[in-house]
This record gives sequence, C-alpha cells and structure tokens, in this order.
Amino acid sequence: MSPTDPVDASLVLSARGLTKSFGSNTVLRGIDLDVRRGKVVALIGPSGSGKTTVLRSLNGLEVPDGGTVTFGVAADGGGSGGAGRPLALDFGSPVGKREIAALRDRSAMVFQHYNLFPHMTVLKNVTEGPVQVQKRPKAEAEAEALRLLARVGLAEKRDAYPFQLSGGQQQRVGIVRALALKPQLLLFDEPTSALDPELVGEVLAVIKELAEEGWTMVIVTHELGFARHVADEVVFMDGGVVVERGPAAEVLGAPRQERTKQFVKRIQHEV
Amino acid sequence: MTFNWDLVWSSFGPIIGGALTGTIPLTLASFAFGLLLALLVALLRLSPNRVLSGIARFYVSVIRGTPLLVQLFVIFYGLPSLGVKLEPWPSAIIAFSLNVGGYAAEIIRAAILSVPKGQWEAGHTIGMSGTQTLVRIILPQAARVSVPPLSNTFISLVKDTSLASLILVTELFRNAQQIAAFSQEFMVLYLEAALVYWVVCLALSTAQSALERRLDRYVAH
Ligand SMILES: Nc1ncnc2c1ncn2[C@@H]1O[C@H](COP(=O)(O)OP(=O)(O)OP(=O)(O)O)[C@@H](O)[C@H]1O
Ligand SMILES: [Mg+2]
Repeated sequence: MSPTDPVDASLVLSARGLTKSFGSNTVLRGIDLDVRRGKVVALIGPSGSGKTTVLRSLNGLEVPDGGTVTFGVAADGGGSGGAGRPLALDFGSPVGKREIAALRDRSAMVFQHYNLFPHMTVLKNVTEGPVQVQKRPKAEAEAEALRLLARVGLAEKRDAYPFQLSGGQQQRVGIVRALALKPQLLLFDEPTSALDPELVGEVLAVIKELAEEGWTMVIVTHELGFARHVADEVVFMDGGVVVERGPAAEVLGAPRQERTKQFVKRIQHEV
Repeated sequence: MTFNWDLVWSSFGPIIGGALTGTIPLTLASFAFGLLLALLVALLRLSPNRVLSGIARFYVSVIRGTPLLVQLFVIFYGLPSLGVKLEPWPSAIIAFSLNVGGYAAEIIRAAILSVPKGQWEAGHTIGMSGTQTLVRIILPQAARVSVPPLSNTFISLVKDTSLASLILVTELFRNAQQIAAFSQEFMVLYLEAALVYWVVCLALSTAQSALERRLDRYVAH
C-alpha cells in the first residue's frame, strides 16, 4: 500500500516496511504496524529486537531508512493546529524537518526513564508543550493540566520539582505531559520497567484507565499479564521483524510461532 | 621602618576608585561579551558542520595556547601596524572578551553535553524545535552545571584585568603603580592593591555560593 492510497477511516496509524540500520547493525527489517482508533497495541519481544526503535521512528525521534508512516484524520477532524490532518511520510526519499515536526505533532512519547524537565515544576512540565509549542492560552493550559493531574492523583504536587517525586509519581506526570498535548496516539516505552515493583501498579492503573477511556496507544512492555489484560492486539518482534501478531489472548495464550512460545514461556518464568 | 599612615589612607581613595571605574566595569563588560561569544563558539563546536566546528576548535586552541598578555599586546601594540589603531579601553575589552570566550566556550560545551540525551528527546516529543529545546530545556540545565566553573573564570578575570595597566588602562593596579612610583612606597601600595583585589574576589565567591544554592533548588541533595 502506498501512502497516497485512501486509508481506512478507523486507522490512526499505518506503518509499512519500516527499515533502520545503525551503521552495519540492521535493527528494523521491514516492520508493518496498524493501529485503529481507540485500540491498544502491545509491542513485545526480547531485548534488542527493535521495539524502542519502532516507537522512536513513529515519533520522529529516529528517522527510518525506508518505509512509510501514515496518520489518518483525527477524530476531531483536524483541530489542534493542523495536527489532525492526514499525514503520509515516505522515508524512501529524504524527509525534511517540517515533515518530522508534523509527525511529532501526532503522537507523544512516555519514556522509560520519564525524562521530566528537572528545572520545571510539575505544572510547568505539563503546560510547557501546550503553551510554548501549541500556543494555547496559559490559563486554559493550566486549568487543563490541573484537571489531568487531579485524575492521576497528583494535583497537590503541581508546584513540586521532579526530584521531589517518587518514580511512580514522576511517570504519572510523564503520562500527563503526553496527554496534555492531545495527541492522536500515545506511545509508551516500557513505562514501568524503571520502577520499584511496588510502584508499578499505580502507573499501570493509569494506563488501563486511559485505554478504557478510548485513547489510542502503542505500549512496549514486558508486563505480559498487563498486556493480556489491556491490549487489543499483541505484536511480537524478534530480530527486527514482526514474528507474530494477533489478539492478546491468542498471541500470549496460544502462540503459534516457536520463537513466540519460547519468549512467552521465558518471561512468565522470570515473573 | 617608619610607616607612612597618611599615604596609606590617602592612596586607598585612588585605588578603590580605580577598582570602581576601571577594574569592575572592564571585568563586567569583558565577561558579558565573552560569555555571548563563548555560547556562540560552544554551539559552533557542537555543530555537525565540520567547517564550523573546526573554526571554533581553532579559535579555542589559539586562545588557550597563548598568554593573555601576548593577546593584549597583539591587539594594542600590534594591530596599529596593520592600520587598526584602538584606544586602551576598547583594546582591553576586546582582548579580555576574546580570552573569556575561549575558556568559557569549553565550559559551556561540556555543560551542554552533560545534559542527558533524554532531555532533547523529551523536548522533541512535546513538539519543540531544536532551537526551542536548546533554549528552554537544555541551556537552563547547562547553566546550573556551568555556574561553578564560569564563576572561577569570572574571578580570574577580575585579577587578570590588572594586565590592562600595561596597555595604559586606568584601573586599580595602574593607579597603585603610579602612586608607588611617585612616593617610592612600593610595598605599601602593592599590598593595598592586593587587599582590594582580595576583598572583591571574596565578595564574588560569596555571591557565587548564593547563586549556586539558588540554581540547585530543583536538584536532590
Ligand atoms: N542510537 C543508536 N545507535 C546505535 N545503535 C542503536 C541505537 N539505538 C538502538 N541501537 C541498537 O539497535 C538495536 C535495537 O535496539 P532497541 O532499543 O530498538 O531494542 P529494544 O527491543 O527496545 O530492546 P530493549 O528491550 O532492551 O529495550 C540494539 O542492538 C541497539 O543496540
Ligand atoms: Mg527498548
């Protein structure tokens, strides 16, 4: 499918044939990924299989060597300053800064190590994008930020600096920072793997709520129990290719490919 | 040894005056221009463009590899032979700014590099351009890291401005020298000059600590 073909209206994201090498190390060998509106895709796979690179490619933090990424029209029909219009990027030819910026406008990333801005308060972390980038009125952005912070139980931390928060609280702020941008797609890169075990639950609970609320998400995770519970589709990657994909219960409960079987078995042993 | 107390008291006036009208303005102006230059040079040095980073590297190498006194003399006594005649003050400000620019550029470059890569990515994921991320996310964090070494550069500069006396700038040390030559009380006058430099530097060290505490407010202790 070329990026100019009409896309299924329910598709938020459609990636085809993504390839990426770092020097002589070929990390992505033709990745296809479709994400439908309101659906959650869990991306799983062994270390080094390329999961993070896929997410980063979707958010323009990494520029793939080849393949296409297409975003459909947003549910609100193109509000939020042009970020709702369809976008098709073909990485087979050189891609400019403006196109990368447009790609970034459509999704927001939640990082494994939170990456909050340490010199800004919690409230400032959350309003920085809406105010400085999206040029929304400050008062409106702050009201929205406080509403979102309250939802994750952190309203009273508005004036705290990130170092004053636990890892779980920092990650919840990281999630709110992404939500405040009103992206079409949320990307999570192992959002709980840097957390102490007792803090994992509070972050997963927030993500689960977002899923129930209808946010469209791609989540890289090693929490297979969580993936099974929350994801509509599970995509298993190994060695830069998608080995198996399907409904969570099938891929995790009754994998068909040998590599998937081994991976699922190994992870379940570890936990 | 009989001590000329009258001279001690009467000479403090011109020496402190030299600090207020010479040393301090010369330091402030040179440091301000020097920092701007240093930021520019640090960014060039970090640029992926080989030519630009090469120029920046060459500049830093020349400044750090040659004595400040020689730099000062090249500008004040050397340039006139190329038809560029500068007064003592502009010569001094140019020389000191270029010198600060070379040293501070390396400090700023290291500070920018010390900010974790994830901060650039966080800036990009909320939609910021490279420049926006640099200005709003990276530089404020780099500033905190670079305050202690830049304060040291600043304090060194205060002392280094005494070299401007050699290109006829009326500042603290030149005033002391002139009174010393006239009164022949070298020890008294040079100790007085030393004392005034010391007091200024002590005050600056105190200010430096206060500034560092303020910038550290968002960091775990
Ligand atoms: N910026 C980079 N430069 C060079 N190599 C890279 C870079 N980023 C990733 N790689 C390499 O690409 C491969 C895939 O990395 P990636 O981070 O996408 O894997 P992953 O599936 O997310 O692994 P993990 O589960 O350990 O996070 C690895 O071999 C990694 O070393
Ligand atoms: Mg990863």
